Amino acid sequence: MSKTKRDNLITYGIVILAFIIFQVLSATGNLSSHMKGLLVPMTYYAVIAVALNLCVGILGELSIGHCGFMCIGAFTSAFFSKVTEEVLPTAPRFIIAFIIGIAFAALFGFLIGIPVLRLKGDYLAIVTLAFGEIIKNVINAFYVGVDSHGLHFSMKNAMELNMEEDGQVIINGAMGITGTPHDSNFAIGIAVLLISLFVVLNLINSRDGRAIMAVRDNYIAAEASGINVTRYKMMAFTISAAIAGAAGVLFSHNITTLTASSQYFGYNASIMILVYVVLGGIGNIRGSVIAACILYLLPELLRGLNTYRMLIYSIVLIVMMIVNWSPKVIEWRKRTFGNLLKKSGKEMA
Amino acid sequence: MALLEVNNLSISFGGLRAVGDFNLKIEKGELYGLIGPNGAGKTTVFNLLTGVYKPDEGIIKLDGQDITRKNTIEINHAGIARTFQNIRLFKQLSVIDNVKVGLSERIKYSLFESIFHVGSYKAKEKEMEEEALRLLKVFDLDGEKDILASNLPYGKQRKLEIARAMATDPKLLLLDEPAAGMNPNETKELMETIALVRREFDMTILLIEHDMKLVSGICEKLTVLNFGRVLCQGETKEVLADPEVIKAYIGD
Repeated sequence: MSKTKRDNLITYGIVILAFIIFQVLSATGNLSSHMKGLLVPMTYYAVIAVALNLCVGILGELSIGHCGFMCIGAFTSAFFSKVTEEVLPTAPRFIIAFIIGIAFAALFGFLIGIPVLRLKGDYLAIVTLAFGEIIKNVINAFYVGVDSHGLHFSMKNAMELNMEEDGQVIINGAMGITGTPHDSNFAIGIAVLLISLFVVLNLINSRDGRAIMAVRDNYIAAEASGINVTRYKMMAFTISAAIAGAAGVLFSHNITTLTASSQYFGYNASIMILVYVVLGGIGNIRGSVIAACILYLLPELLRGLNTYRMLIYSIVLIVMMIVNWSPKVIEWRKRTFGNLLKKSGKEMA
Repeated sequence: MALLEVNNLSISFGGLRAVGDFNLKIEKGELYGLIGPNGAGKTTVFNLLTGVYKPDEGIIKLDGQDITRKNTIEINHAGIARTFQNIRLFKQLSVIDNVKVGLSERIKYSLFESIFHVGSYKAKEKEMEEEALRLLKVFDLDGEKDILASNLPYGKQRKLEIARAMATDPKLLLLDEPAAGMNPNETKELMETIALVRREFDMTILLIEHDMKLVSGICEKLTVLNFGRVLCQGETKEVLADPEVIKAYIGD
């Protein structure tokens, strides 16, 4: 078995192990209801961290608007689920909701990618940030209703929809979508995370993934080697947006009132996800999953400490930064854990 | 018919005529040198040949095919590969992955197969691995195949860059000052590598060089550029004995 293959299996193993541990804790009644409520968010933040790492770490383009794609996935899928709630049974409805959320996020990733990927570095980051905010604000001004005549749109207010008496407002501007069916659960979240990991890790270890990384490392040399730089940038950005859309689907089917608020889809949220990616290790997919889980759970678990919560959180950020990036610590880690691995390998043999 | 035929190539930047009325004919299998003092327009010629710049006038033909207006990617697909004066490797990729990137336009499979590792993925990856190893062996880099390209010593980085260029299966290889920044030992090894490429792949090579020893040691024919114009063209010995060339290089 090759080293990359083993590394990938370890990554899947960690996720599955975490799933089993939480399931056991939950079944034995050791998990508070507050903690149970954090499990699904933990999975979708891990998923979007994987998506963003594909964009930042593998493609090498700094995007700080990824929550915008999550927002699109959330709203399109919630819209679909809400409309078809009485028509379709849960399982096929949720699967189609996923397909719709992912497809729309990918479509917007593609469209936004066309102008954005012509830019480099800081400029690209600023424009992605702007697009993320635009998506959020446009959705906030969106009114969509449905009655016997079909769909009605408005950008003014719910009254302007001009619906019949039986009409139902689905997206109510800044009040968003209320009453999306609660289809997400921890197991589905883990499954989506595993699929995202599978897609990204497989991609990295393929012809297309190598081309994407070649573009990141030196696009002039990539072009001279016959690599179509634009094609591979678009490919990575679109796939990344699609996975962010999947996170959005999980999100919207786990919340009673879905609003395009800054708390969930603003640039602060995007930067928080970027923090997961940077601290987990840029280009290190497994690291971003672990960092997302720890850094999402930590402030929530520290709620009891109230005043000191953010202080402890920031200390943890600094410690993680040192553990992940300091050359001396990396050396020490390799020495210690490398020996452990060797020993266990010998015992097995 | 010559492999590369360049007729009346010209380009100006603003009012400056960087290259004017440039003519070049390289036969298959030749090792051709392009020399000239600093700022003579050598790298500009390379950039014109590889589609980085579009010429104002002139025609470039590779193997009878007009490639004048094509972009870098299309020119690579048409059969010209190059290395760079300042080495440009994919630094965060392993040595073998650098070569595999070079191979990836030759051994193809779809994005779907990339993501799900199904269909022809396994067979094509195996083919790619074998081909990459074969190339690395030629350049004596197979021992370092798994280390990061940025961790290679300078001379080997240059070799890897040539190996990557060869992976695209070119008809013509362009080397932009391959000996730049090398000590005499590394230069000697480089000369051997270039000789090896010709022997193993029956390759036609055009190289830009400052190092006169290298040029006179391996090139069969030379073109001397000065102020964007061809000063002298022909067999290496004759060119190097030309009083105009000596004047351009050493002064009166």
